[in-house]
Amino acid sequence: MSEVIVITSGKGGVGKTTSTANIGTGLALIGKKVVLIDADIGLRNLDVVMGLENRIVYDLVDVVEGACRLKQALIKDKRYDGLYLLPAAQTKDKTAVNPEQMLNLCNDLREEFDYILIDCPAGIEQGFKNAIAGADRAIVVTTPEVSAVRDADRIIGLLEANELRNPLLLINRVKMDMVKRGDMMTIDDIIDILAVDLIGVVPDDENIIISTNRGEPVVSDMKSRAGQAYRNITRRVMGEQVPIIDLDIEKGFMDKLRKLFGIKA
Amino acid sequence: MLDLMKIFNHGNRSKDIARERLKLVLVHDRANVSPQFLEMLKSEIIKVISNYIEIQDDELDIQVTRTRSDEGDRVVPALIANIPIRNMKNAGK
Repeated sequence: MSEVIVITSGKGGVGKTTSTANIGTGLALIGKKVVLIDADIGLRNLDVVMGLENRIVYDLVDVVEGACRLKQALIKDKRYDGLYLLPAAQTKDKTAVNPEQMLNLCNDLREEFDYILIDCPAGIEQGFKNAIAGADRAIVVTTPEVSAVRDADRIIGLLEANELRNPLLLINRVKMDMVKRGDMMTIDDIIDILAVDLIGVVPDDENIIISTNRGEPVVSDMKSRAGQAYRNITRRVMGEQVPIIDLDIEKGFMDKLRKLFGIKA
Repeated sequence: MLDLMKIFNHGNRSKDIARERLKLVLVHDRANVSPQFLEMLKSEIIKVISNYIEIQDDELDIQVTRTRSDEGDRVVPALIANIPIRNMKNAGK
């Protein structure tokens, strides 16, 4: 049984593409057959985040226009067994594809793959409508900032209006030191405001930038905390019950001292 | 010392401000209906309720928001009205 999952957010720059790359790679690492679709036509990025930019021949628009066969456009990731990318076109715009074509494309891919992950463009216009057309489920990415949470709320409303019920929330770039100071909204604050279920929390981690520089998803980095967070999210996507990790593992010297003296931090 | 300061600053933490501002702005965002619609709804509600109960109609607050359904498995739109009662008229008679 295959599943089509759209990763969306409304606001740009909150980590949709990074999340798509990492969840997809995580699923492949577990042995699933996965295809990542970059639906951000005109502003493609999933290819560089995955480190596959030099291998593009055909793209999504070529497939829907019939300029090539679907198999010809799929790029096989040689590092991870069972992982494929269908890149977006860079020289066209969002109107080059319509929701019906996307739905048909997703249904064709269901024959071959366990998971089809769609990286949705920012915004609520045509690109968004295309990206969600064939989806069974949605993951909404946000960060603990007012603008990102507000846009997530709008997207959740639009997803429900389009019969995509119960979207799952991924909270990205949480800075535990700021949360402790009371200068960043907590996970509970955000869940309370948005009234949706949580799929996972990813800590702010420099390793994300380093791994993106190299074109290697952080999920394969066993030492990184963001990588661990994405591995947990991957297992939750597959339906496993995995507790949310305590982001507060690396306590500083002062915290240890406080604990020693019994002072509550 | 730092912890003492934290206690005094409690109501002023920037995350609390963010939370409150968000809650307010989302009430407007979620009320996907025109202000005229809400006004009409409000005046009709006042008219009906006033037949039975004396209410403070200037304090009436109506919001369209979102909440979890009773089964808890999905989020549904909700109409929340806060109607302060001044006096029960001939209630129940």
